Amino acid sequence: MTLSREKATNIRKVAREVRLDVVRMVHAAACGHPGGPLGMADFMTTLFLEHLNLTAENRLDDDRDRFVLGNGHTCAGYYALLAHKGLISKDTLLSFRKMGSPLQGHPNRNLDLGIDFSTGSLGTGLSVAQGMALGARLNGWDSRVYCTSSDGESQEGQIWEAATSAAHWGLGNLTVMVDFNNIQIDGPMREVMNVRDLEAKYKAFGWHAVTVDGHDVVAVDQALCAAKEVAEQPSAIIAVTTIGKGVSYMEDTSDWHGCAPNDEQLAQALEELSAPVS
Amino acid sequence: MHQLAPLSDGADKFIATRAAYGKALLELGNQHQDVIVLDADLSGSTKTAVFRKAHPDRFFNCGVAESNMMGTAAGLACSGRTVFASSFAMFATGKAWEPIRQTICVPSMNVKICASHAGLTVGEDGKSHQMLEDITLMRVLPNMKVIVPADSVETAEAVRLAYETPGPVYVRLSRASTPVIFGDDYRLELGRGSLLREGSDVCIAACGVELAEALIAADILASRNIEARVVNLACIDPIDVDLIVDSAERCGAILTAEEHQIRGGFGDAVAQAVVRHHPVPMDLVGMDDSFGQSGPAPDLIRHYGLDGASLADRAENLIKRKKR
Repeated sequence: MTLSREKATNIRKVAREVRLDVVRMVHAAACGHPGGPLGMADFMTTLFLEHLNLTAENRLDDDRDRFVLGNGHTCAGYYALLAHKGLISKDTLLSFRKMGSPLQGHPNRNLDLGIDFSTGSLGTGLSVAQGMALGARLNGWDSRVYCTSSDGESQEGQIWEAATSAAHWGLGNLTVMVDFNNIQIDGPMREVMNVRDLEAKYKAFGWHAVTVDGHDVVAVDQALCAAKEVAEQPSAIIAVTTIGKGVSYMEDTSDWHGCAPNDEQLAQALEELSAPVS
Repeated sequence: MHQLAPLSDGADKFIATRAAYGKALLELGNQHQDVIVLDADLSGSTKTAVFRKAHPDRFFNCGVAESNMMGTAAGLACSGRTVFASSFAMFATGKAWEPIRQTICVPSMNVKICASHAGLTVGEDGKSHQMLEDITLMRVLPNMKVIVPADSVETAEAVRLAYETPGPVYVRLSRASTPVIFGDDYRLELGRGSLLREGSDVCIAACGVELAEALIAADILASRNIEARVVNLACIDPIDVDLIVDSAERCGAILTAEEHQIRGGFGDAVAQAVVRHHPVPMDLVGMDDSFGQSGPAPDLIRHYGLDGASLADRAENLIKRKKR
């Protein structure tokens, strides 16, 4: 079923709130990674609002869905979504990256806040996610496990070890969403180390794989719905995005991978992100 | 006072700790449904195949991909399982160190890494497979417990203890058959060593295959009218500080013996306790900044000075450094 117009509009509105939170959080911390979560906001919000079965009430239930942020540095957007779902208070969001905060610079497992696993070291998340999916199947839990990754992270060999085993074990309850923005720390991914066609690679590893426009919430929703229908294969959704999406000076550049805006830049970002959502 | 540990009366019995691991794991799996076992294409050698045959539904072969095996173990532990992950010590702790740190130790997951073929006694496979740095790599990690059993009885105890201890545990196992030292009523406790032989001239502290060598050394020293105390410190992290301090006070000198690099290893752990709590002269026997080579295990132990006779000589020299 296609996402209704109302739901799609709501996702876009929440994604805008997530982006506003991301730039505010990174500004308040005076450090962090704004580019990635701005680019991921549309597909992440689609996942969290329409698919991921995680709420403040069920956060400790066996049958809930699990989420692993493989590209852990993009956690500002993840935390903002957990706050939107009522698992983290808005005040706590602004403690991001500060001493004593549960919202560490990279995610730290905290089931009470809905943070299912610790990440930050690229390449490790998918292995853990497929272990969770295997565990859910063994326990007879009706849980799905979602994991994010990225084009840059796909340069890590461990990703392909996990891709091999997840397909071998037929983990139909596992979906990875790969943020494909062609930007990594040292520059354009295709210049640094081209990972080429990730859809073809995942398919060759035995996965169900599709490529979508990561900003098209209707297409992302359809891909997530289709993944649930695949029983005996894990699914990969390659989400093509623009890093820094919504803040003109952060778009399509590696400059804002790990850099905080100053007061003036924050004001511009907030103004640009406040444009009405269609 | 410290009691002497019950010792085996079958002095001629030889069993590899990896074989004892396979047997103990099977029994643990029979008793506890939450136990899951992972291996990386070495189940025949690590002896997890014993578990695999009895419980194929709770065994997963991860193929030759140790890093992914550790992440998988962490993910499975999230579903409330107690996960045992095995491979050779070289690959389990060396190749997969960073995933162990990030996905098992940082979130303190209930994963037990039981690695076989540690140390020189791998033998003919040579330096690529003789893991001599794993104790260092594991004991440096916060949340990780480290156990190096000396024989088959202690290995069974280590498996029980690993299961009963929440969070990450590393158990170091050997390929070669080694003498059965402990009696059947021996019990291993977390953070507790054991006293095998009393003496007050020098203390030899050992773990793993070196414990049997330490006992041989004590016999040799006795023939020279030197009474050596022999302590077993299988649990390296947390280590038995009380027993180490008691040994330092009583003997005034401590020799450590390990089938491992002395830098950052077992002797280093003992030395930290000694330096902090009761400084006395020490010497550390182990691999001194070198890799091994191919050869029969007993020859390698002798070549690198890890045999009982070498330990006895080192202990005798150490006594000369004691304060009069």
